[in-house]
Amino acid sequence: MTAVETRRAADARRGGAEPARRTSRPGGASPRASRRGKVLPTVVLLIGAFYCLVPVGWVFIASSKSPGELFTSFSFAPGTGLAGNLGDLFAYEGGQYGLWAANSLLYAGVGGVLSTFVSTMAGYALAKYSFRGRDLIFFMILAGVLIPGITLAIPQYILLSEIGLAGGPLSVLLPIIISPFGIYLSRVFAQSAVPQEILEASRIDGAGEWRTFRHIVLPIMVPGMVTVFLLQFVGIWNNFLLPFVMLSDQADYPLTVGLYTLLSKGSGAPALYSLAITGAAVSIIPLTLLVLFLQRFWRLDLISGGLKG
Amino acid sequence: MADTALRPEVTHPVAASPAPRPARRRRRSPIAPYLFVAPAVVLFVVFMLVPLGYTIWSSLRAYRIEEGASVLGVRVDKFVGLDNYVAVLQDAELLASFGRLGLYGLIAVPLTLGLALLFALLLDVPAVRAKRFARTAIFIPYAVPGITAALLWGFMYLPSTSPFSYVTNALGWGPIPFLEAGGLFGSLANIAIWGGVGFNMIIIYTSLRGIPAEIYESARLDGASELQVALRIKVPLVVPALVLTGVFALIGTLQLYGEPNTLRPLTTEITQSWAPLMTIYRDAFLTDDLPAAAASSTILALGTVVLSAVVLAVANRKRAEAAS
Repeated sequence: MTAVETRRAADARRGGAEPARRTSRPGGASPRASRRGKVLPTVVLLIGAFYCLVPVGWVFIASSKSPGELFTSFSFAPGTGLAGNLGDLFAYEGGQYGLWAANSLLYAGVGGVLSTFVSTMAGYALAKYSFRGRDLIFFMILAGVLIPGITLAIPQYILLSEIGLAGGPLSVLLPIIISPFGIYLSRVFAQSAVPQEILEASRIDGAGEWRTFRHIVLPIMVPGMVTVFLLQFVGIWNNFLLPFVMLSDQADYPLTVGLYTLLSKGSGAPALYSLAITGAAVSIIPLTLLVLFLQRFWRLDLISGGLKG
Repeated sequence: MADTALRPEVTHPVAASPAPRPARRRRRSPIAPYLFVAPAVVLFVVFMLVPLGYTIWSSLRAYRIEEGASVLGVRVDKFVGLDNYVAVLQDAELLASFGRLGLYGLIAVPLTLGLALLFALLLDVPAVRAKRFARTAIFIPYAVPGITAALLWGFMYLPSTSPFSYVTNALGWGPIPFLEAGGLFGSLANIAIWGGVGFNMIIIYTSLRGIPAEIYESARLDGASELQVALRIKVPLVVPALVLTGVFALIGTLQLYGEPNTLRPLTTEITQSWAPLMTIYRDAFLTDDLPAAAASSTILALGTVVLSAVVLAVANRKRAEAAS
């Protein structure tokens, strides 16, 4: 026991946390030592979790406060206005909040699906065919990953207004279909997951290239596609500047732009603050559930290992 | 990197040279790959290359008033070379906004990555409790849009609603100056850190999980502490993931727009030209100075690409040195 004690003291002097996997060593560690190795990392992680949950917890509590209570009661004291706030929120300007939510779902859903298919086809072709111009295309895509999409929003707006498309939902949907990062991930995935032999066998069987892609390649690529879809869905859902620049009609706004207008009008009419807070609380719920539910289907090792590709 | 897919086709015929593989004689449509990449290439050209070219083109032009038929002269759109760039680079307001962006980035990027790495390493310590809860909780802000995050934190900062200022007020210290000159950079960076830590943590953690456990076992048997294992073995192995998350954090930082813009109604410290993208937006839509907006956009995009390329190049060289 004394040997263990001195060893532990030495470890502590070096500032090191006690090894947690002492169980694999003959003789084992004292229970106290292994407990200390667990406690500090666990505490730090819980502080991180707390930090991340505080604003979310606050917005749910604040959404229960009536406009009068918002600025007068303690931040984390629940109020009595939840039903009133929800009623006001969904009644705001003839139910615009519901429209914004539907728009967010439309842009993120349709944009995400289209983007996933375009990325999957391109990634597959770039990974599994050799053709003239392939390296040039891939290089441009890689460069495209680095270009901040947001700096393109203003010229995209100007060009789309030239052809009369700016202002409507299409002006938000079309530019987000192209995702250089999605193409890059699809290529990494196709390279590692689609065996050359399967493609050749399918071709020997007389299947055309499209048939091979549709019936053999697509099913194999589903995990990669889910990953690309989720990244795109969340990216579009969270996007602010593109719809902010493009859309002119409030009825076309997604949630981000809608909540922003509520907040910016709020300095003149504080009752809108309560609406913005309640709207933010309600909008967090579906996306959080989606991300948590689909977390297990992500293949994020694509991203972390992608650079080695 | 680009030629990995070529390898099977290049090496196999050599390996199997005595008898040509039947696969080489397969019926193979040469246009198929072009059809597969066509939608992506068309969209890439229309929505990325053309806007990019248009930005550069309009950054080289300007409206000038020239003498003409009317008394007021005629507004002419003409080629002015790099004049706009010279003007933009001498614009003290824009330069100041780049300075603010730099300071903001110096706080936000290292802290986001550092905390993400710390949490990922802690999740990877075998004996830690409450892992699933902590991982999920830290990941949740990823599902919260930047605008909503700015709104939440804005109210956490606002003296009349802030729980932190409530406590300091009760202690008689007065409200915390989250939205005043002194605290503003930290407050804005905090929004980005809060939103970014979870996603980066998951990427680094996924990368850690991909490392075979045997690599640590011998170190542990040699009596290395969990901290030594983390610093000497795990961190060097996740450097590629760190570089990638670093580049994305950098790109995200340079695109800062929504968060300061959302906080504007809550504080007078944030002007209409606080961040470069806010200045660009103002030039393009409010003051109708498109050439200036185009020139600043080009500088911002160029800066992003150059910075990311430098980070990637340095990381690649370091890795090549480590490998040799």
